Amino acid sequence: MVRLAVNNTLNEETSIHWHGLLVPFQMDGVPGVSFPGIKAGQTFVYEFPVRQSGTYWYHSHSGMQEALGMYGAIVIDPAAPDPVVYDREHVIMLADWSFMHPHTQLRKLKAQPGYFNMQKQTFSGLLDGKDQSASERRMWAKMRMDPTDISDVTGATYHFLVNGHDSAANWTGLFAPGERVRLRIINAAAMTNFNVRIPGLAMTVVAADGQNVQPVETDEFQIGIAETYDVIVEPRSDEAYGFIAEAIDRSGQVRATLAPRLGMVAPIPAIRERPLLSMKDMGMGDMSAPGADASVADHAAMGHAMPGVDHGSMKMRDPAVAPQVKLGPGVATLSPMPMDRTGERPTGLEKVDHRVLTYRDLKSLTPNPDKRTPSREIDIHLTANMERYMWSFDGEKFSENTEPIPFRHMERVRVNLINDTMMPHPIHLHGHFFELVTGNAGHHPLKHTVNVLPGGKVSFDLTADELGDWAFHCHMLLHMMSGMFRVVTVRHEEDAA
Amino acid sequence: MNAMAGIPEGDPGIGTAPAPAPPGDHAADSFFDPVEMARAREALGREIGAFIGSMVLFDLAEFHVRKGRDGYRWAGEAWFGGDVNRLLIKTEGEGAFGEPIENLEIQSLYSRAIMPFWNAHVGLRHDIAPNPSQTYAVVGVEGIAPYWFHLTGQMFLSDKGDIRARLEGSYDERITQRLIFQPRAELNFSAQDMPAIGVGSGLTDFELGARLRYEIRREFAPYVGVEWSRKAGDTARLARFAGEDPDVVSFAAGLRVWF
Repeated sequence: MVRLAVNNTLNEETSIHWHGLLVPFQMDGVPGVSFPGIKAGQTFVYEFPVRQSGTYWYHSHSGMQEALGMYGAIVIDPAAPDPVVYDREHVIMLADWSFMHPHTQLRKLKAQPGYFNMQKQTFSGLLDGKDQSASERRMWAKMRMDPTDISDVTGATYHFLVNGHDSAANWTGLFAPGERVRLRIINAAAMTNFNVRIPGLAMTVVAADGQNVQPVETDEFQIGIAETYDVIVEPRSDEAYGFIAEAIDRSGQVRATLAPRLGMVAPIPAIRERPLLSMKDMGMGDMSAPGADASVADHAAMGHAMPGVDHGSMKMRDPAVAPQVKLGPGVATLSPMPMDRTGERPTGLEKVDHRVLTYRDLKSLTPNPDKRTPSREIDIHLTANMERYMWSFDGEKFSENTEPIPFRHMERVRVNLINDTMMPHPIHLHGHFFELVTGNAGHHPLKHTVNVLPGGKVSFDLTADELGDWAFHCHMLLHMMSGMFRVVTVRHEEDAA
Repeated sequence: MNAMAGIPEGDPGIGTAPAPAPPGDHAADSFFDPVEMARAREALGREIGAFIGSMVLFDLAEFHVRKGRDGYRWAGEAWFGGDVNRLLIKTEGEGAFGEPIENLEIQSLYSRAIMPFWNAHVGLRHDIAPNPSQTYAVVGVEGIAPYWFHLTGQMFLSDKGDIRARLEGSYDERITQRLIFQPRAELNFSAQDMPAIGVGSGLTDFELGARLRYEIRREFAPYVGVEWSRKAGDTARLARFAGEDPDVVSFAAGLRVWF
């Protein structure tokens, strides 16, 4: 049992949410859902039993405080011997810092959605033969979609940080050659998904979101906002290695160093070319041919038939594919053929010439305890209109629909997250771990946050074993603040109204 | 390894149990003062999604060099409100230095997002110049057409029963990340002769322009350009009677600014 007194010395309300910790809901720290918040000058005493071990973090759930730096790491050592063997460990917290207040960022994006994108396609790029061909550009322009719209807030304003240090400040973690070093990597950014790699060192992933997985070796992985990954590295020689976290839109990166002594540096690789989104990111299925036209899509490549979709002329906003979505001005597109992309390399890493982790590589170390088949399934659509910078679930912002998503206590439900937007969304469910349906039945990885790729679909099985009211939202802070948020309730059946 | 390689859709084993009814209460109310919780819930519902903001844009604010007297022109708009409902103020005007202002127009509109890329608006337009001033009811649409054309169409009904209309379009061609070439066009129509203000029926005038701006910041972009403005039909004839040239080519230099 821990007791933590949080004394608010700010002149505004605050809160602390324990991201990934299984706590009683009234200790979960979301003002307006789990408790009233902590007013200026007040102290709130959090009290909860510690029921787990692993790498987690905490952050404010009030206003935009998280983006202003109100976060930190939590490491809980297991009571039993750790199945992961290591000689030393380092916590690596990734962050994005801007001198522009996030409220100002939001207002700029509402006024001009491409405000921070300084990597758009240009006419001079066309003349240089860069990016899309003229005909592809016309097709995307016809749909009013921008294949360079990979991140909303970018390196144009952000400084990317490791443990509060930029590349020049060079946060350095020490090792002795031959040691097994455990890196506990936490993405505490407000709006940035990162590609993580250590050139010259393989990484063995041993935990995801604090939960042990069967060790799997990789060279690079994408970490969604609010996810954590624990990796083991074994540097054998007496030299420095660069730890590189690159914003997925390649608008910037940050380097930290693993070295046998302070003051050493490794070369910083040149930032790689900004990726472009594809038809697949529109949820148009697998149009493998580059430049495939929506109207002449290869029927064979689209898999099985889907009701309401006319394969001959794929509609980008056909209400029949998502009857539950409220189609207002805040929903620009609906994915006609959302695909399970958990086995795919994420955006921008499709073609790199080394190993890249996918969700399907993650297998829980211990068997999943609840072997029941879900008794029902629900779809939740991640919806947006990028041109208006509107973000929602099922077409409705939280401010428009505060009705909860209800679960019965202990029921097992398959939840399908369908991304109708062209951006990845790290979706976080408070108070629970869900099993990501990746095909490794019985050993699905347990996650608190899952990054749903553009135009993709992710399914998870949830055993609703934590009573109370819980927040459920996109962890891109400005998406959440724009409305991509719901309350999930878990109640005994007889309590339901 | 599952032979289906984890394709979750259509899993035949999944049941079809109904969802429970959403609870009518709030769990936190049993632990904290329900009044405090109600306040916090209300604040959360407002904060998460109920955006209120504003934008003030001077799309054109420029100096015109042309045959005869040099002139000036502006066109701007401001919105205040949320994602869907907004107060929209538009203003435009032009004139030549050393002469009374030629056109000065202000519109006050209620704008509503009606489709993903389109807003509709209704309201009032008041022309302070030309003299005599006129007031019109306005109905219009504004938005982004396929291929990223920015279009505005408006109909005006004056307090004297006169009907006019305007179509505007522009397109931003990004030469580099900061250098933007913008062709634009404007067409004005009138359903009837309005001799008091020099307007003839039919197409009254059009403008074709091209501007090249450099975005030092997104909000601050100096530009240069050229604009051909021509009065048409009876409107051109009325202009000639008044000793005006109905056909003017101007070189423009200005600033596009928003905040």
